[in-house]
Amino acid sequence: MHRNRLRMLATLLLGSACTGVCFAQSSPPAPAISNADNAWMLISSALVLMMTGPGLALFYGGLVRKKNVLSVMMQSFAMMAIITLLWAFLTYSLAFDAGTSFFGGLHHVFMHDVGLTPDPDYGSTIPVQTFMVYQLMFAIITPALITGAFAERMKFSAMACFLILWSIFVYSPMAHMVWGKGGFLNAALGGGLPTLDFAGGTVVHITSGVSALVCALYLGKRLGYPTEPMRPHSVVLSFIGACLLWVGWFGFNAGSALSSGALATSAFVNTHFATAAAAAAWAGVEWIRNSKPSALGAISGAVAGLVAITPAAGFVQPMHSIIIGLLAGVACYFMVAKVKQIFGYDDALDAFGVHGVGGTLGALLTGVFASSAINPIFKDAAGNTLPSGLIEGNGRQVLNQLGGVAIAWVISIVGSLVLLKVVDMTIGLRVSPNDESEGLDLTQHGEEGYDTAS
Amino acid sequence: MQKIEAIIQPSKVDQVKDALIEAGITGMTIQEARGHGRQKGHTEFYRGREYSVDLLPKAKIELVVPDQLVETVIQAITSVARTGKIGDGKIFVSRIDQAIRIRNDERGENAL
Repeated sequence: MHRNRLRMLATLLLGSACTGVCFAQSSPPAPAISNADNAWMLISSALVLMMTGPGLALFYGGLVRKKNVLSVMMQSFAMMAIITLLWAFLTYSLAFDAGTSFFGGLHHVFMHDVGLTPDPDYGSTIPVQTFMVYQLMFAIITPALITGAFAERMKFSAMACFLILWSIFVYSPMAHMVWGKGGFLNAALGGGLPTLDFAGGTVVHITSGVSALVCALYLGKRLGYPTEPMRPHSVVLSFIGACLLWVGWFGFNAGSALSSGALATSAFVNTHFATAAAAAAWAGVEWIRNSKPSALGAISGAVAGLVAITPAAGFVQPMHSIIIGLLAGVACYFMVAKVKQIFGYDDALDAFGVHGVGGTLGALLTGVFASSAINPIFKDAAGNTLPSGLIEGNGRQVLNQLGGVAIAWVISIVGSLVLLKVVDMTIGLRVSPNDESEGLDLTQHGEEGYDTAS
Repeated sequence: MQKIEAIIQPSKVDQVKDALIEAGITGMTIQEARGHGRQKGHTEFYRGREYSVDLLPKAKIELVVPDQLVETVIQAITSVARTGKIGDGKIFVSRIDQAIRIRNDERGENAL
């Protein structure tokens, strides 16, 4: 509690100092706002928030044991509250202000100069505040995804501290590099290593998935893992969550077109096709290997497909999105069902297996299948469209994707390790063994998820 | 007075209840339970991991009846719950010292 207050005070002081230094700049004549684009973007923002709450909360909640269901939901919900404030105070600026190639500046702290006219680089037909709130929903769900790795054993306070720091030092720079002005990996705005990432395969899924792996390794296995059975307590909840994720993801991917035009349609269709293919693929593999396709497998496959198509959604042809989905469903199945067992780490809810692996695969396949017919992202000096991906003869792009992926991996590993260490040394990360056995709902939150007595 | 505890397959509950009512028995308590005798469990798969589930869903029916009705109750239960396969369940009979109707403090067999 004490530390939370100190942190807030420091942030307030920092913000006040910066507001004093920064002054309003005169803006160029604003492009016209399209009500259609803005309507779609606001809906998309709501859809993406729904992905976290209740989508992810339910999906993760059903997968843990009954005694921990609320703690998992609370972690996602906490991100909805905390990251929103952090974004308003600081991290929107760090991500989307012009700054260096790697980090934004502080011009927009406390929403300074984030008004209702468009910023041509951030959706020329929507108020920049729409862009800001849309991006906020991404900033919320990314740390929430990581909670899947350390579920059932991390202190709530430590989780909050770690994910706040992670948002500042890992998410904001990555978002800046891929989507921010002057970002090193920004393909749309002429970055040095242009990485095609339509809706966040690198920014959201690789960073969260790889950081999740680091967390799982650092925190160690749950008590009793892997010998004690830890079945999902409600596949029903997970099912509902997964369906909400599927629907919400249309906002995540199609909304990344920042407009309601044809590109949004491409992203929408690609998202849907890839997800269906991946769900069928995972269920199909289970049918062959276990003689029964499971509901949990089908929905896990769907999520894997959603992850993999995220970087590719606005760049590929629909039939190629099916290929991406099929590959993601199969790859993530083996990652989760086989490779995890081989290495023995306890990534409780498969955040790395699905997001880290799916995101990496999707990002690389984007370099293969990106088509300038769908999205003419690369142009020469005269304005002629250049080939996007390998299938159009631009093999170089796969290497660029590899570079962007590598940067995402490195910043996630290094950032997470350092921040985990810092939080561990100050307040400690893991709950006590007794608390872990009794369950986090009771010990961290003083509640029970299901009161059978009342 | 004797207590009859019958552990049966959950799918047989409705039939057993109907058979008991038809035999003139009106009071009973039915609980959901988990357990096993010689019946083996089953395996479940969650994301590639195999879980063997030994505690199987069962239903437990408890009745307290006058001595002369014990055999009737046993017959009613076994006639519908028996399939001949392992997992049919078990019936236990024990002696009851006292029974009280809470509403009006009636005691003994009058309270049943």
